[in-house]
Amino acid sequence: MAALTNADRPRRADARALAPAVSAITRRYAVFLLLAVLVVVFSTAEPAFLGLNNFMSVLQAVSVVAILAVGVTISMAVGGFDLSVGAIAASSVVAASYAMVVWRFNAAETVAVVLAFGLAVGLANAFLIVVVGVPDLLATLAMNFLLTGLQLIPTAGRSIATGLILPSGVSANGVFDPNFLAIGRRRLFDVAPLPVLAMLVVAVIAFVLTERTRIGRLFFAVGGNEIAARLAGAPTARLKVLAYAISATLAAFGGVIVAARVGRGDVSSGASLLLDAVAASLIGFAVLAARRPNVFGAVVGAIFVGVLLNGLTMLNVPYYTQDFVKGAVLVGALGLTCGLGRRPA
Amino acid sequence: MTLGITAATRVAISSGVAVKGVSKRFSSTQALSAVDFEVAPGEVVGLMGANGAGKSTLVNVLVGAVKPDEGVMTVDGRAYAPGSPREAIAAGIVAIHQATDRAGAPGLTVAETLLLDRFADGRSSFFVSPASIRRRAAAIAERAGFSLALDRDFADIGPAERQLIAIARALSSDARVLIFDEPTASLSSTEAARLFDVIEALAAKGLAIVYISHRTPDLKRLASRVVVLRGGRVVAGFRRPVDFAATLKAMIGRPVESAHPDARAGRGAPVLETRGLRPRSGVPPIDLELRAGEVTAITGPLGGGKSSLLLTLFGAILPVEGEMRLNGVSWRPRSPAEAIAGGVHLAAEDRRRTSFVPPDWPGGSLSASIALPHLRRWFPHGFLIPAVERAAALTAIRRLDIQTSGPDARLHTLSGGNQQKVVLARWLAERPRVLLLDEPFQGVDVGARADIAAAVRALDDVATLVTASDPQEALEVADRIFVLDAQGLRPFASENETRGRAALETNGSTNGRLD
Repeated sequence: MAALTNADRPRRADARALAPAVSAITRRYAVFLLLAVLVVVFSTAEPAFLGLNNFMSVLQAVSVVAILAVGVTISMAVGGFDLSVGAIAASSVVAASYAMVVWRFNAAETVAVVLAFGLAVGLANAFLIVVVGVPDLLATLAMNFLLTGLQLIPTAGRSIATGLILPSGVSANGVFDPNFLAIGRRRLFDVAPLPVLAMLVVAVIAFVLTERTRIGRLFFAVGGNEIAARLAGAPTARLKVLAYAISATLAAFGGVIVAARVGRGDVSSGASLLLDAVAASLIGFAVLAARRPNVFGAVVGAIFVGVLLNGLTMLNVPYYTQDFVKGAVLVGALGLTCGLGRRPA
Repeated sequence: MTLGITAATRVAISSGVAVKGVSKRFSSTQALSAVDFEVAPGEVVGLMGANGAGKSTLVNVLVGAVKPDEGVMTVDGRAYAPGSPREAIAAGIVAIHQATDRAGAPGLTVAETLLLDRFADGRSSFFVSPASIRRRAAAIAERAGFSLALDRDFADIGPAERQLIAIARALSSDARVLIFDEPTASLSSTEAARLFDVIEALAAKGLAIVYISHRTPDLKRLASRVVVLRGGRVVAGFRRPVDFAATLKAMIGRPVESAHPDARAGRGAPVLETRGLRPRSGVPPIDLELRAGEVTAITGPLGGGKSSLLLTLFGAILPVEGEMRLNGVSWRPRSPAEAIAGGVHLAAEDRRRTSFVPPDWPGGSLSASIALPHLRRWFPHGFLIPAVERAAALTAIRRLDIQTSGPDARLHTLSGGNQQKVVLARWLAERPRVLLLDEPFQGVDVGARADIAAAVRALDDVATLVTASDPQEALEVADRIFVLDAQGLRPFASENETRGRAALETNGSTNGRLD
């Protein structure tokens, strides 16, 4: 200490002040920095990675997960956690196929029915949570279980395609409406697949809703401090119902996109959707060091995982390592959010 | 320099616990400065001080929860620098906390609760039988010198028994210094009398007792000495017989008035009135009238029903029975939203728990925090307009002199007093008819307290009701003061006839001064 000259002092102080600032910036943009590194590495190893087509196929691959992640994020904003989105999306695939093949609905009717189904599930979730008082995680986990089983019942566990033999022995001969299939397969101006546009529209609307409106502010007030929200006159129960309704309806919309892309009612489709969506919304906490649920982060999180998987696939990394990679990314993001990024008390 | 504690410069060898020159700073506030304090075995020392005087910090330093910046401590003459509450307990210093529900857990019997420490620290064998638990628990209770219903569930016993359990546990781990923090706050008078007997017996056995309380009757009965803290310093010490008027004066730093110096009477018909109102079952009915331009304060013990009264007027809890009228019309709000719409605003106690969202969340800024109850009125089309929030925040910052970097400041960067000003600003952003303030001076420094009191007193068309468990705080703001406890609501003045007499006798505070 005594050896410290006056000239040294300010420089040390500067260095001390600078280090936290650098680490704060690094934390803030960590996900983007990593994304940039990934893009550089992948495009060096495989130039095709950088093409517009590949970019669109990455976005298309993550569109459903991103839409589900937006829903999960909104449920987190009110302090909850919607774990039923995976099963809602999967059972929506079955519901859409069933509506067209068995009931011979057209595209518009099918979409309306499936979204109504999602809304109904969301209201059921909200009933369990708000009225009955079941904790969020448990209520939606139970709903996930219930829907996973429910979707098998109408067809006795068979996948749905034209010619399906129903449990009653009757053969169902409706077909997938081409307009319905277009939702998953057509591209706008031959460039942007409709699912990618749908993802962007959902993301923008949800972003504005959560970050720029009264409702969004109240969502976060309920999730941040429910007592404070209630004492400020916020209708906390109604806000939670709304959040779960939005989350479930978005999940059903994700199911519509899957059904339109696959073109048949696979009963097992969307098995990993739940974990992917939850991972994306949690990675979103780390984006811009938000440390809270946020729509922008959730979408970036979904894209980040998509880029990583796409690049690794191009580099011939085996398919079966994907879940491990996603898990590793999630662990890293949570560490970034909860540990390194903690504010000094 | 820094922590002198570890390199203990020894204080004069003495028994009991001694604190010398202890200072502690929390960011902007000097919580303790050069505090000297000691308690000898067999002594009960009363520790008094207004909110924010540094009592809790001193206790936290003693029990190892807070590391002091400077100063030394000794126990029985040996250097004492606890790194954790566990080390403090090992050294024989134990605090009996106000929140007695944390002394055990529902589902455990009293006997099991008594042995919790033993279970936790591995001093007990791996297998335990009910019989051995009961036998050892009985031994602990006997050693403590009072009887406990060993087989009852912890969930079924009241605060008084829980306190005794905590005391017995402390004694079973060879405590030599016991610190009580407002121990009679939630006790009936017979329970309190029993606790006094227990404490006297403990002192007679040679334990050193620190007794924190505002209640002069408690201290009159127990304390061999009283030490008064103000602004983090020991400002006075008194020996028996303690002149409590002088202690009050030392606590607030000036003579005490029975109500605000320029007490006003409210004008006109009552804005809000209650008739036979029972917020909860088992509390006496409350008759109260609030008039515009008048500040009414309610003081009384913790759990006496102050908060439930305010929450009832605000529609957050529905009353058991009784009538409320707002401007002469029946007033039965079923939710805070209805109350706010009717012009009844409540700034609830414990601002972090009841008013603020976490710092990283949307709504965690000063301006958003003020806007929260008014979003519908300010943004009828649903879209937030930052300029509107900022303008309201700037008005509040000027009006209440909030020390902050600006409307976008995150609340956790503000001091306690400025945070409380933000809460007040929230409920003044739209003019209320009735303003309810529950413990508005909790964790608020003296300067901010004066600002808040002045702002509240300036509201001449608002009927204001303030609660403060510290009567001194009530005195600073109110035109009239009531006490609310198990016996009901009654005027405060009668209890304090002694005050005026001795308030000006200054020698009381110098004669008995420590050191």
